[in-house]
Amino acid sequence: MKTLSAPESMVSTSKNPRSIGSTATADEFLVLKDVKKSFPTPNGEYVVLDGVNLTIKQGEFICLIGHSGCGKSTLLNMVSGFSQPTAGTVKLKGQSITRPGPDRMVVFQGYALLPWLTVYENVYLAVNAVYPDKSKGEKDDIVKEHLKMVGLLEAMEKTPPQISGGMRQRVAIARALSIRPEVLVLDEPFGALDAITKEELQEELLKIWNNSRNTVLMITHDIDEALFLADKLVMMTNGPAAQIGEVLEIPFKRPRDRSRIMEMPEYYKIRNYALDFLYNRFAHDDTAE
Amino acid sequence: MTIAQKRPTSSGFALDAKMRQRIDDVLTPVVTLLILLAIWQFFSLFNQNLPGPIRVVQETWKLILYPFYDKGGTDKGLFWQVFASLQRVAIGYTFAAIVGISVGIIIGLNKRIYKGLDPIFQILRTVPPLAWVPIALAALQQNQPAALFVIFITAVWPILINTSVGVKQIPQDYTNVAQVLQLPKSEFYFKILFPSALPYIFTGLRIAIGLAWLAIIAAEIVMSGIVGIGFFIWNAYQNGQVSEIILALVYIGLVGWGLDKLMEWLQSRILPGQR
Repeated sequence: MKTLSAPESMVSTSKNPRSIGSTATADEFLVLKDVKKSFPTPNGEYVVLDGVNLTIKQGEFICLIGHSGCGKSTLLNMVSGFSQPTAGTVKLKGQSITRPGPDRMVVFQGYALLPWLTVYENVYLAVNAVYPDKSKGEKDDIVKEHLKMVGLLEAMEKTPPQISGGMRQRVAIARALSIRPEVLVLDEPFGALDAITKEELQEELLKIWNNSRNTVLMITHDIDEALFLADKLVMMTNGPAAQIGEVLEIPFKRPRDRSRIMEMPEYYKIRNYALDFLYNRFAHDDTAE
Repeated sequence: MTIAQKRPTSSGFALDAKMRQRIDDVLTPVVTLLILLAIWQFFSLFNQNLPGPIRVVQETWKLILYPFYDKGGTDKGLFWQVFASLQRVAIGYTFAAIVGISVGIIIGLNKRIYKGLDPIFQILRTVPPLAWVPIALAALQQNQPAALFVIFITAVWPILINTSVGVKQIPQDYTNVAQVLQLPKSEFYFKILFPSALPYIFTGLRIAIGLAWLAIIAAEIVMSGIVGIGFFIWNAYQNGQVSEIILALVYIGLVGWGLDKLMEWLQSRILPGQR
């Protein structure tokens, strides 16, 4: 039974937030401190998140997991700047986040590609907006480089409705990476894809990330996906007033090989620990919704 | 063609079936029309004031054969009458489109302006074209600008209201993209707002062209001494030429149908199968 609980060293709880200095370092790249988010409703205030503390290092790959309705997207929205915390602070490099910006580029859940523009134009729109001073040729190079990276150079004259879901997803990723964001925010990017495409894209994302090493914040519902991709797995408790329950370190060395890590005993230790967290300790309560 | 030669029986049969379908599509309305004309002819036997189809053709065959004649003044062939009306529609409608789309975008983007103006627009849009005519004549004094104004004021509402709805319905995803990228205003307008609202704008434009055509007939009827299909009808009525009125109605119907088809064609060209 000992193997079922994760070793103490693997777990760091949110109850011991690191001290926040006045100057940001690479260790305190993205910092959420005592974050609370609530929405007014006719029946009074509805608290989605309360007392959320999280410190993310530069270049870390973070996966966020939790049951639906626990406020994962709300948390992401505060990092991307679409909403502000009711109390507490969200800071990137010591600066409070007040509005959306290309330094925190989002890969949206529904891809959010513009259907009347071609694949090329969709990426160009982003590059052009972020690098207005670059020459047309330079911008063209950036677009093509990133389309090549996701293997879509041949499809660049097609429009989103003409390509498959997996291809659209890759366009969205190419668009996001083309503007070199400090933080890449992904809201369940592979949720709507079939299993094979999903695995392919996970590997592709990892390969791209290995080169760029952006800080990544990604929501997922899939523990195996998180174990394959992330440095840390942030597990959230159930709402209302959800918190960060635990943060698991994923110790596998990079570059990772899916079949190799799945053979490691540690893989199942962590996996079972996370499953236990989600399905026993914080099981989804259907009556709450 | 090579395939057709290789399998003459199957494809020949398919062609035959398609052809038959085509003929059926044309033949059914034609037969229906003939039946209706026969009924009309029958009833006209009992009412000497309403000419039957045969008498209409007998009395107007000159107009039918010579649509391009021009004897000066308002005595012109039906082509010129329709052409004059269409010109007015084109001018008034163009103004309506420009104003409707731009004001529609403004009120679609700004909640407060929308709140303030929407009730007023909702009331004004129900005012029938004919009711605008006296005001237009009183304010503008002359027939020509008054007619243009009546078309404008009739056609502008559906364009304006549909545009504002289209702008308000821009999917959140797209505005989110604009926000994250901090797109400049012009880029947002031309790359996101306009293409996104375009299907709605087109719906408005299509409704408006029908209304504009309705309005011009109504407006011209009360404006004496101008060339136009509306006044042509009124003039014919004054002279007791009921057959000419009926012929003009056929022209009006055909032109209105043509305008609608034109908009439909434009829509399918500009918005190929979007959504």
